[in-house]
Amino acid sequence: MGANTAVARPRGPAGPASGEAPAPGRARRAPDDRKAAWLFLAPALLGFALFYAYPTVRGVYYSLTDYNLLAAPNFTGAENYQQLVTDDQFWNALKVTGYYVVVNIGSQTLLALLLAALMHRLTRSVVLRAMLLVPWLVPNVTVGLLWMWLLDTNLGFVNHILNTLGLGTTGFLSSPDWAMPSIAAVNAWAYTGYTALLLYAGMVQIPQYLYESASLDGAGEIRMFTRITLPLLRPVLALVLVVSLIGSFQIFDTIAVTTQGGPVGATRVIYFYIYEQAFTYFHMGYASAVAVVLALILGVLTAVQMRLLRASRSDLA
Amino acid sequence: MTQTLTGTESGTGTGTGTGVGAGTGTRTRPGAAARKRLTPGRIVAWAVLAAALVATVFPFYWMVRTALTPAADLYSDSTSLVPQHPTMVNFLRVMGLTSQEEAVAAGGSGAQVDFLRYLLNSVVYSGLIAVLQTLCCAMAGYAFARLRFPGRDAVFGVLIAALMVPPIFTLMPNFVLVKDLGWLNTFAGMVAPTVLMTPFAVFFLRQFFLSIPREVEEAAILDGVGAWGLFWRVVLPMSRGPLLTIGLTTTVWAWKDYLWPLLTGRDEEVRVLTVALGIFQQQSPNTSPDWTGLMAGSTLSVLPVLVLLILLGRRLVESLNFTGGK
Repeated sequence: MGANTAVARPRGPAGPASGEAPAPGRARRAPDDRKAAWLFLAPALLGFALFYAYPTVRGVYYSLTDYNLLAAPNFTGAENYQQLVTDDQFWNALKVTGYYVVVNIGSQTLLALLLAALMHRLTRSVVLRAMLLVPWLVPNVTVGLLWMWLLDTNLGFVNHILNTLGLGTTGFLSSPDWAMPSIAAVNAWAYTGYTALLLYAGMVQIPQYLYESASLDGAGEIRMFTRITLPLLRPVLALVLVVSLIGSFQIFDTIAVTTQGGPVGATRVIYFYIYEQAFTYFHMGYASAVAVVLALILGVLTAVQMRLLRASRSDLA
Repeated sequence: MTQTLTGTESGTGTGTGTGVGAGTGTRTRPGAAARKRLTPGRIVAWAVLAAALVATVFPFYWMVRTALTPAADLYSDSTSLVPQHPTMVNFLRVMGLTSQEEAVAAGGSGAQVDFLRYLLNSVVYSGLIAVLQTLCCAMAGYAFARLRFPGRDAVFGVLIAALMVPPIFTLMPNFVLVKDLGWLNTFAGMVAPTVLMTPFAVFFLRQFFLSIPREVEEAAILDGVGAWGLFWRVVLPMSRGPLLTIGLTTTVWAWKDYLWPLLTGRDEEVRVLTVALGIFQQQSPNTSPDWTGLMAGSTLSVLPVLVLLILLGRRLVESLNFTGGK
């Protein structure tokens, strides 16, 4: 809010200054570019104040209120948080999200590592990389629909293959046991190429001569991978893990178009639970409290990962 | 399984072709002489890459294949790799180019859909955000990198701290704000939270501006160019690469965006593709979904991405190097 008013004031005088800025005879810039700076910063600061700073404060406030969008928020103190502790659905949402994150990040990172290593040792093809990137470029909604069709119990191609192999039919998205791993696999499909490209970019920076001398010493590809690639990639790998972990916790689109949190809550992840509470039941205050918890979890995770990253760096040095 | 492999090979012909081409390319690299022989290990490695490529491309092939299938054939012809009676009717009906009766006859639910309009809305939505956000963030990034003013580093620090706040947290208050402004179901409300800045774009562009040698700017300053003219006429033209990188990633992000436009832009006039697909799917009966129509709509959401990839693929792929290698 403070930043907001601070922007509003200098905007007036800064307006005409824009025309005068390239004024003649100004051989040297003044040591203080205050006027120009406010002009340059005005749009970004306005956006920051209105849509980042203000809503952050407001979100914390909502979490302490009873608010249904129609009437003004009614301050209730820590009530939402007390309710949260005993809310089975909330704990289930956390559990389901954790399950999703482990399966999704685990499979996606391992596959991406494999793909990146293969590309690194085999080819520099831009076309190949561009093609692997396509699932990431496509909206998650499209990915969700596409796989909903492929995984369809009666007509889906995957079940057709399984039937042909004599493995029977599986209700990938309709069985409570299969729904979450299926969603995790679908999103791993969507993000593996992207993750592989990030890891590949890290591998390219590893000096080529290391591989050449190792090769002269008779080291095989697998040995080179575990002794050269993996240790030298560790900082990049940790960074990529942080980014994908934080992204993975925020899974929403795919679930919103496919399972809608079902069957029987099997895929009601934390993001979807917040969405449901806020925009289906209009429990804005309660939803904000859950969002505060999610923000804290993500903050802690980032800190832990960053520490791991630093630790691995000192190992290397 | 073999059937799948052979079937998709035609679909991924270009991919396999380039793979081989690039393999030849590596031969010219120094020190690669020992590796050009096709050992069993290398054959397995190439096979794994090829399998990954097939797994990547086949779902899209199946999407297009389904979109070209008449709805009446969905049960009788759900496994052959090429539709027995290919048709464009699904594309025509989701683009609103057939009469209501024809659409229903071809498997539609009878609800009015106009994917041409949603496509256009998506282009407007992502275009507005990409262009304006890149410009505003470039201005801010430049101010933080080069201009001297009191409180600069403190303000920058606060801006970057916003990277820690997950989007869902600001989603609800922002929705209330946009609703109170009366901006629901307008492009203004839909682009508002991201059109002026994102902390990452400011950070990224500031880093780039810091890396430009000062000499270029100093020469222009000696010629009497002010900060404003300097930025637009000297700095921006030098920054094409990073601007394009941020612009492209923002375009992709906005193109994929679902939750925010779902909350603020459900109306037909401003409905973007992702929201339209979600609504289309909900309108379609649960027991027998309109798969041919849904896949036609999905195909339309993928086509612009392919165009982008063909035009700017190299830049896009290398921008991942850029951000990842930072």
